[in-house]
Parts: sequence; C-alpha cells; structure tokens
Amino acid sequence: MIGAALVILGVLLYIVGTIFIKGLPSLTLDMITKLPGGGFYLGKEGGILNAIVGSLYIIVGALVISIIISVPLVMYINFYLPLNSLFSNIIRFSLDILFGVPSIVYGAFGFALMIYLGIRASLFGGIIAVGMLIMPIMMRSLDEVARLLSRDLPDALLSLGATKYEMVKVILRQLMPGLITAVLLAVGRGIGDAATVLFTAGYTDNIPNALNQPVATLPLSIFFQLGSPVEEVQNRAYASAIILTIMILILSFSARYFSSKFSKHKI
Amino acid sequence: MRRIRVIKDKTARYFMLGIAIFTILLLLVIGLSLFLKAFPIMREKSLWSLLTSSDWKPFKGNFGFLPFIISTIYVSLIAIIIALPFSILTSVYLNSYASKNVRRLFEPVIDLLSGIPPIIYGVWGTLAIVPLIANKIAPKFVEYSSGYTVLAGGVVLAVMIIPLLISIMVEVFRSIPVEMTDASMAMGATKWQTVKKVILRKSFPGIIAATVLALSRAFGETMAVLMVCGNIAQIPHSVFDAGYPLPALIANNYGEMMSMPNYESALMFSAFLLFIIVVLFNGLSRFTLIQIEKRYRFS
Repeated sequence: MIGAALVILGVLLYIVGTIFIKGLPSLTLDMITKLPGGGFYLGKEGGILNAIVGSLYIIVGALVISIIISVPLVMYINFYLPLNSLFSNIIRFSLDILFGVPSIVYGAFGFALMIYLGIRASLFGGIIAVGMLIMPIMMRSLDEVARLLSRDLPDALLSLGATKYEMVKVILRQLMPGLITAVLLAVGRGIGDAATVLFTAGYTDNIPNALNQPVATLPLSIFFQLGSPVEEVQNRAYASAIILTIMILILSFSARYFSSKFSKHKI
Repeated sequence: MRRIRVIKDKTARYFMLGIAIFTILLLLVIGLSLFLKAFPIMREKSLWSLLTSSDWKPFKGNFGFLPFIISTIYVSLIAIIIALPFSILTSVYLNSYASKNVRRLFEPVIDLLSGIPPIIYGVWGTLAIVPLIANKIAPKFVEYSSGYTVLAGGVVLAVMIIPLLISIMVEVFRSIPVEMTDASMAMGATKWQTVKKVILRKSFPGIIAATVLALSRAFGETMAVLMVCGNIAQIPHSVFDAGYPLPALIANNYGEMMSMPNYESALMFSAFLLFIIVVLFNGLSRFTLIQIEKRYRFS
C-alpha cells in the first residue's frame, strides 16, 4: 500500500520533472515578454505573450460570470431555502452533473450557441464557454464551505431584525477565504483547459482589444507549437508547458495556503 | 426606510431564484441544443446504423461511429483497470494506516495531480509514455508499434483519474462509522482483516460509484487522449493499435467540418452521445454517493 502511494507520488514528480527537463533549455525571458515574431512558427524570435495575456483575459471574464452566478446560488440554497429542502437538493444534483460534463461538450455547446447568435470565434465566446465550465467548480467548493458554517450566526443576525439579504452580506464576509479558494481552484481548472476554447476562442498572434476578436490561449499555444515539425518550435512548446505548470503550481499552493490560513481566524 | 430594506430583500430573493432556475435549465438547454444540432443526421440515418457501422467516410456521407465508440471504451477501460488498484490501495493506506503527517503530505499531491491541465498530461504522455511503449513494451508483444496507441491513452488517462478516485474513496471510507472498525479490531482482527472484511465490504457501493464517475470523466477527456492515441479511424484490435476516441474526433475535425453537409451534424451527434452517457453515469453515481452520505449523517 505504501508502494501504491509512492508510485502516485513518483508519477507526479515524473510528470513535472519531464516537463522541466525538456523545456528548461528553451525557456527564455523573451518567451513571456514578446509577441510571436514574423518567423515564430519556423523557430525564429518571439514569445507567447499573446497566449498568456489571452488566457488571462478569458479567465478573468469567465470568473466574473461564474462569481455572479455561483455566489448568489450558494447563498440561496444554503441560507434562503430551508435546510435540506428538495429544491436545494435538486439544484445541487444538477450542478453535480454539470460538474461532470466534459469540457469538449461545453466547447461544442458554446460553438452551437455562437452559431445560433451569429458570433464568430472570439474572446466573448471563450469567456462564455470557460465560464460555464468553471461555474459548477466554484459553486461546489463554495457550497462545501457554506454548509460547514455554524448555524448560530444566521440565527443571531435574523433575531436582530436583519433581512435575509443583510444576513447574507455578513455571512459572505465570513465565507471570504472559502470564496478565494474556490476562485483559485476555478482559475486553475479554467486556465489549463484547451477543449473548451478550441472552437470558441479561436487563435491569433495578437492581443485582442475587443470582445469580438479571436484570442490565443496558453494550452492551445502549447498544442499548436507541439504540432510543428520544426524542432525549435517543439522545444518552445515544452517551455510554454513549464510556464503553464508553474502557474498551476502557484494557484494550487495559494489555494491551499488561503484555505488553511483564513480558516484559523473564522468564528 | 423599512420598506426599502424589504424591497431589496425581495429583489435579491427573486434574482437568486432566477439564477437557480437558470442553472437547472442550463443542463436541459445543453442537451436539447446538442440534440437539435444532431437531429439532421439522425433523421437521415437510423440510430442503429450510426452506432454500429464502422464505415467512416465523411466525404461520401458515411458516418459510422463504431470505431470511435470502441476506442473510447477501450481507452477508458484500460485507464480504470490501471487506476483502480492504485487508488484503492492508496485510499485504504491514507484512511487506515498513514499517520496524520503523511496524510497531510499527500493532500497537496492529490490536489496537484487533479490540478495539472490535460494538455500538460498530453505533453508528458508524448514525451514519456509514447516512447516507452514504442521502444520497450510493444516490441515484446507485436512487431511494430508507433507508440501512439490505445494503451498510451489508457495510461495517461489512468493518471488523470487517480486523484478523482482517491478523493471520493477517502470520503467514502471516512463515512464508515468508527464503532464498526473498532468492533472489528476489538474482536482481535488485524488491521488488514478489518480493511478487507469491514471497510472494503461496507464501502463497496461507494467504490462502484466512484469508479463509474471516473469512467465518465475518462469518456469525456479530450486533449490528453487526442495527443497520445494516434487518431486513426479504425477499430483497434489490440492495445498496441492506434485508436480514435469520440472527444478527439470532435476536437480534431471542428475546423474543417463546415464545408461538408451533415459533417457538423455528425460531430454534434457525437457530442450529444457523450453528453447523454456522461449525464447518465454521473447521475447514477452521484445519487449513490448522496445516499451513502445521508446514511452516514443520520446514523
């Protein structure tokens, strides 16, 4: 059993190790500060700033959407509806299922939606698709924290004559660490997902300056560079993979840090 | 003054109710719109012929999904077979044997494994697993294999679903009342006997539910599998043949499908298929897990 656990630990190190060893030689400062130059896809100068910024644009937009939906939703099923009511269980159940829907299906649905609305692959489409993908993730992790909150606080607030809306505002402050953890988890998931943005966001060498322009993303940039027959470009794909891995490592550790640090000071 | 507060509260309540209904509807809307998009091809060909024909020639208008369905099942089953023993053993270890420190050390490991994006798994697969299969494993069984095989897809997928399996199984094991394991230990059973006769037996439905959930995750995984599976539209005859799972089919052909009649509809059909299977699997296993949780909470 210890063996099985060690194998899993080993695989993690193996994955991170492989990526770093292959990519480190091609990792330069230019990679993260420059746009792809003229001969970028033939192994000439340039970087993947377009993809990094594009990924950030998409994730920020998707976050706004998913926070607007998931925060009120969690408040509603935990503090507005009666405890363990049928309706809140139905909502939880449907979100559990949404959580399991593969990202490629969100991508295909997003694409169908965009055709229906008559928009082309764009920043807007990517934001919608990624927003749908990360909404259930945020909602679930926030819901877990909200369920554990002591029932005394809502009761005390209500007995002081607060409306439920005012109560929720106070509770939300209590749940802030949980919200931050949920956001970081969702960002980690959303930033690395390629299948959702494949048809909805498109790809470009520039940084978009409007919602209706196509946008590059980090995972797709890795994918396309890897598909190139030129060796330098492939090596750069590995370097891009390092950048993405480091982002995920930072997000994952800070999520852990926030959830452990702030939980100490809660009532 | 008072009235404004009440109006605010009412507005917030209706806003939230609206969002709640929206999320429930979202599931239906996704299913319905995929179905509508897939409808043209389903009207032209019978469902049965779409699912059982292995003739995939979009240019001639022949759409047989069998190779893709078989590949998907093949890859997912390999992944489960590899992942399940590791996950069960590790979860048992973390639950019953490991000290608190080891458990705390392992949490970030599981977190990270589940946090690594599919594309990174794909890169790792092409760098590590594909050459390993092409040079070391395959030559022992078959004459030639490029390494881009169903097996490679299965191995990469196995690593991807292990964190999901472990995190659910640890939850399931934790839901077993301490009294039960204590009683077994008090009767003089060893730890291993307790694990085997009490914990594993008692959590059997939970393990099945976790497996089904992981299976549905494996069905839908796209990028990593796409990068290591070879993507040839054929029915794989051995694990050293290339396969072409459904999600990879959708992802690979999206750009060019607009020019051909029915092609888009065929791809949407596969997305619809995937959606239905995943929703079904997810629904069943989540239902089981909720039942388990309930039993624990009220006992």
